Amino acid sequence: MTASHHVSDELLLAYEAGSLAEGWSLAVATHLSFCPDCRARARQAAALGGALLATLDAVPLADHAFEAVLARIGAPAPASNGAAVRPVASAVPAPLRDYVGADLNAVRWKRIGTAGYQALIPTGDGQTSVRLLRIPAGQPVPEHGHRGLELTVVLRGMLVDGQERFGVGEIEEANDELEHQPCAGAEEDCICLAVTDAPLRFKSRLVRLVQPFLGI
Amino acid sequence: MDWPSRGLLSTLANKRSGSGKLKMGTRRTSLPADTGLLDKKMAACLSAIAETADREAFRIVFDFYGPRVKGFLMRSGGNAARAEELTQETMAMVWRKAGLFDPQKASASTWIFTIARNLRIDAFRRERHPEIDPDDPVLQMSTPPEPHDKLAGEQDAAHLVKAMAELSDAEQRLLAMAYYEDKSQSKIAAELGLPLGTVKSRMRLIFIKLRARLQTVVRDTP
Repeated sequence: MTASHHVSDELLLAYEAGSLAEGWSLAVATHLSFCPDCRARARQAAALGGALLATLDAVPLADHAFEAVLARIGAPAPASNGAAVRPVASAVPAPLRDYVGADLNAVRWKRIGTAGYQALIPTGDGQTSVRLLRIPAGQPVPEHGHRGLELTVVLRGMLVDGQERFGVGEIEEANDELEHQPCAGAEEDCICLAVTDAPLRFKSRLVRLVQPFLGI
Repeated sequence: MDWPSRGLLSTLANKRSGSGKLKMGTRRTSLPADTGLLDKKMAACLSAIAETADREAFRIVFDFYGPRVKGFLMRSGGNAARAEELTQETMAMVWRKAGLFDPQKASASTWIFTIARNLRIDAFRRERHPEIDPDDPVLQMSTPPEPHDKLAGEQDAAHLVKAMAELSDAEQRLLAMAYYEDKSQSKIAAELGLPLGTVKSRMRLIFIKLRARLQTVVRDTP
């Protein structure tokens, strides 16, 4: 598998179908904020959902469902065009801002390995590991062994992986067949959003103990 | 590795529960030929709701989409009571958010699908569905400007439905598993006894096929 700077079709489909776990979806939405091409394809994938909904068998609603909804709405007029909230000027795109705030300099970084920092991002899916990574210029991405899928979206600086260079907003979609060692560009520190499969949790304490040596 | 037994079990389970599901799943898209018209009408209703809080318009939207949203939620694993509750929540949201509907970006069906989908993710999985904010200044930074989107607009909804009806049963089943049944690609792979890579490439092919089919239609129409 080769590295790509855009979100793959199958990932976009899963994202718009709503079957993609929250952690992966966060990386996809973050990239979409930067990438008009992928936004156009995402709208197409969403349109499939619309067409499927329109062709679905109707299941009758409860009696008086309409009245119940009217009562639920309560207030007579719907909210107007939603111009109330002023957009924040920030280098952090809106979907990610909900998780880490608007200012990358205000993130509480924790040292990781010999060179580099991370900030863990909790999500509700229980199956992905989501974190911000800050890698000093020219240094490799720390703790880089991963199983399964790995999504990385660059937020500041540059990520270099072999011949490939990923700039701000670009996404690297890599699976475990891809042997690679990404590092920060030589010019400046690199900050990126990194999502991987959560480490397997074994019930046996013995297995957990030897897990690091088995590389699982 | 417990793959062989798991694969066999899920294949058997799939065969058993599959027949019931297939009855619903393979129902050929029997939409009226005027899907485009329907979407146009629904889009006008949404505007009327946004502009004049028009209850008659809301009734029309409610009567068409309410039962379909309920069907969608029941196929996503909700029981009838839960699906009913979430459907009412979805329709209330449609009323409240009608001002945000933009017919340039999505058809009425697509817009309502995304509302129901997000409520489903929140209710069934206790997860969020991170999404772009159309007003996010970050979006303006991205050049070139977004290309006009042939597939999303309401005039193309009819073409899309037609193209989907031409997919094979197996392809329609894959779409249904992802869109209705809230199954991840690895879960689909396990249930169908296929390698994950195969499911991914089939999904990709379906998407490419639909897009190609649409471009032909668009090119052929003056």
